[in-house]
Amino acid sequence: MIQIKNVNFYYKDFHALTDINMQIPDKAVTAFIGPSGCGKSTLLRLINRMNDLIDGTRLTGNILVEGQDIYDKKVEVEELRKKVGMVFQKPNPFPKTIFENVAYGLRVQGMKNESEIKDRVEDAIKKAALWSEVERILNNNATNLSGGQQQRLCIARCLAVEPHVILMDEPASALDPISTAKIEELVLDLKSKYTIVIVTHNMQQALRISDNTAFFYLGELVEYNNTRDIFHNPAQEKTKNYVTGQFG
Amino acid sequence: MKAITKQKIVFSILKVMSFMVIAILFLIIGFIFVKGIGVINWGFISKMPEEGMLKGGILPAIVGTLCLIGGSMLFAFPIGVFSGIYINEFLKDGPLKRFMRLMTDNLAGIPSIVFGLFGMALFVNKLKFGDSILAGSLTLGILALPVIIRTTEEALRSVDDLHRQASYALGASKLYTIKKVVLPIALPNIITGLILAIGRVSGETAPILFTVAAYFLPKLPHSLFEQAMALPYHLYVLATSGTDIEKAKPMAFGTALILITIVLICNLLANLIRAKFKKK
Amino acid sequence: MFKKLSQKIQVSILAICSLATSVTVILIIIFLFSEGISFLGMKPTEEGYVLAVNTKNNLSSISPELCKKVFDQEVDNWSQLGEKDMPIELVNSDQIATFYSEEAIGSEMEYLDTCYNDYVSKHEGAFAVMPKNYVTSKFKGRIVEVQENSIASLVTGREWFPTAKPIAQFGILPLLMGTLIVSLGAILIALPFGLACAIYMSEIAKKGRRKIMKPLVELLAGIPSVVYGFFGLIVIVPLIQKLFHLDVGETALAGSIILGIMALPTIITISEDALRNVPNAMREASLAMGATKWQTIYKVVIPYAISGITTAAVLGIGRAIGETMAVLMVTGNAANVTFNYLKPVRTIPATIAAELGEAPSGGIHFKALFALGCILFLITMSINLYVNFVSKRRGVK
Repeated sequence: MIQIKNVNFYYKDFHALTDINMQIPDKAVTAFIGPSGCGKSTLLRLINRMNDLIDGTRLTGNILVEGQDIYDKKVEVEELRKKVGMVFQKPNPFPKTIFENVAYGLRVQGMKNESEIKDRVEDAIKKAALWSEVERILNNNATNLSGGQQQRLCIARCLAVEPHVILMDEPASALDPISTAKIEELVLDLKSKYTIVIVTHNMQQALRISDNTAFFYLGELVEYNNTRDIFHNPAQEKTKNYVTGQFG
Repeated sequence: MKAITKQKIVFSILKVMSFMVIAILFLIIGFIFVKGIGVINWGFISKMPEEGMLKGGILPAIVGTLCLIGGSMLFAFPIGVFSGIYINEFLKDGPLKRFMRLMTDNLAGIPSIVFGLFGMALFVNKLKFGDSILAGSLTLGILALPVIIRTTEEALRSVDDLHRQASYALGASKLYTIKKVVLPIALPNIITGLILAIGRVSGETAPILFTVAAYFLPKLPHSLFEQAMALPYHLYVLATSGTDIEKAKPMAFGTALILITIVLICNLLANLIRAKFKKK
Repeated sequence: MFKKLSQKIQVSILAICSLATSVTVILIIIFLFSEGISFLGMKPTEEGYVLAVNTKNNLSSISPELCKKVFDQEVDNWSQLGEKDMPIELVNSDQIATFYSEEAIGSEMEYLDTCYNDYVSKHEGAFAVMPKNYVTSKFKGRIVEVQENSIASLVTGREWFPTAKPIAQFGILPLLMGTLIVSLGAILIALPFGLACAIYMSEIAKKGRRKIMKPLVELLAGIPSVVYGFFGLIVIVPLIQKLFHLDVGETALAGSIILGIMALPTIITISEDALRNVPNAMREASLAMGATKWQTIYKVVIPYAISGITTAAVLGIGRAIGETMAVLMVTGNAANVTFNYLKPVRTIPATIAAELGEAPSGGIHFKALFALGCILFLITMSINLYVNFVSKRRGVK
């Protein structure tokens, strides 16, 4: 479970997130929706501390992953990120072979046993529903794959490390409809084993794949409920206007 | 070893190595400053060398270098700027433009001693200028051309196309637009190129060895067709082939300090102009 | 009407100016190579002298290098020159006086030609160096041609001794070797430090610190090479001499250190650019998987930027190969074929700078130095073209 308690976040003088409180349940898909600039991606990146990389940011409040405050001084950010994986908006495979892309996280962790690495890589690619397509070309450069394949490779790369949580930042926004459908199918597949948080600007997508949905607007969490209620029975006027497409 | 411990060790090594690079700079400049500052006084700057260059001043070398700076820039600055304007504003992207850029890059990559050989063959021997300020200035000018062309091109490229379009929209011709709109905006950066070129030219030795530099000439030049002393060559002479190298050391340090000061000022000035221009 | 004409003229002036660099490069090629190529085909013998042997000898021509070996008596048997097994009996103006009495030579050496003639005709193993005008119709020896300079003799010759008499030696091997080991040493010193500095500035240092370091690195590039040479001469050379207990501190090592420092800005600036061009998405992807910053740098960022880093190294070598004054001042300028960094060496640019002043214009030595210039030009030009080719293939520039 991920607990977000009284989180405020600033980029220099800009107040990007205001008093966010929410709990994200395990082994379910949680969607963050809202117009661009509403802070949904910022919150996602806070969960594996990717915002640490940006100068001039400040955070108050706590974020707990599996009961551990991840901004505690004792926490090693590398360990956290092994537990909380991330898939980005644009597929970003390394310019290495398909195999080495997926093996990357394992090698980073210091795994030396090649046969074990091979098994783990194969396993991860299978889980990402990519195996049949790349089985024969594992030593080809990953950048030669199609966009959709690249994104599934990035998911496989993430899975190889065996994270507990997968954060997805608009993972299908750069892809064509067929590739998008494959990614969505994959997300539904994975949710039995992983806690998934997905940022999307595509409301149909949120409706199709998520169990819970959080709606953000201007840095505030407006409404957070199970997905069906958010879309069919929103409590807030703003949410209703957004999900019915009246603004956004 | 844990990855994070390893990172700490590696980062400290990288940091120390980087600081050593910067330290070398301060070491060289500081060393020459400390050893040279005692020699510098008004006489050192304003007097002729005396007693086999062991006493007196370095006036002719300073004047010689100033002449070479002036001569080379008089020739290279307009040609370089015009060339930059033509390449950037008039040429369309294509093989010709690429070829011209390649040639400029190539010229920039030619070792300075080859410029010396060329200057000697063309200006000194073929055109019969002899060892002279004219031959030296032309050689140094050619060497400085790529610096000026490149900075001019960069300066022009950084001018927003909106300015050009605004001027065209008012019915102005291309030439008029360049003269009245583009050049004024790009000017500070172009001047940066001029200053950097001056810094470069004032320190070059190899190109002037056989085109202008005089070993010892205790008088000021009167015409373009005379030989002249120059600071970098003078430093070389004092350091390696004077009448008494040990005794000449203080003079050498003083000369080196003057030379480094010119370069420092040029760099500082260029950076200041660049910074001021960026802020606007 | 008039306005249009004046505009056209102005644009034409700009166009003509833009040709300046291309024309200069072409002019440089013409002047350099016309002198340099005319060196080939010339004979390195001292003006007015010939080599002569006994008529029974079959030797028709000899290479300058072998000829010098005969004079130095490193070669003393004809079998070494592919002839019969007999000792070489060398005669020149010094030795002829020991073979003949003063009367035979004459008080004003007026009979010297007869002495040479006599010696060469009587001794089957004779190898004489004599003034050309002694060769008359009465001469009973045979003239041996000295082979012309060729690219092969230039590149394989192991001795550079352009003022050697009567046969000058133009082997550039020692100079090539000198240039090579000094530049190699320089890059071995500069690459780790330059790369460390580039990585630190691009990946580790805070923005403010980078902003201070960048102009300082540029300043390092602005210091004139003669100042580097002076610094090397005063500081590095004595240091090396003391450290390694050498007779002279002017060594290849001193050259490498100074050139290494001079190559730093090139390497730092270009590799830092390459590192900063790595998309942030690559760093994020790696960090998001729990890699440390350092793991990210050496497993992802550096491999991604490797072609830019290679370019930096190549240009650094180019800078080192062409550098003249600093090397001239600290390497001792002895033309040795050596791999020993603690020995004096001499590089191609330093040779040109040191000798051009003394080489009579238009003479063979003068032309040989232009030939060296051609070689230098070709090396640096190919480096530039290679770098241009690589950066174009990467599609960034």
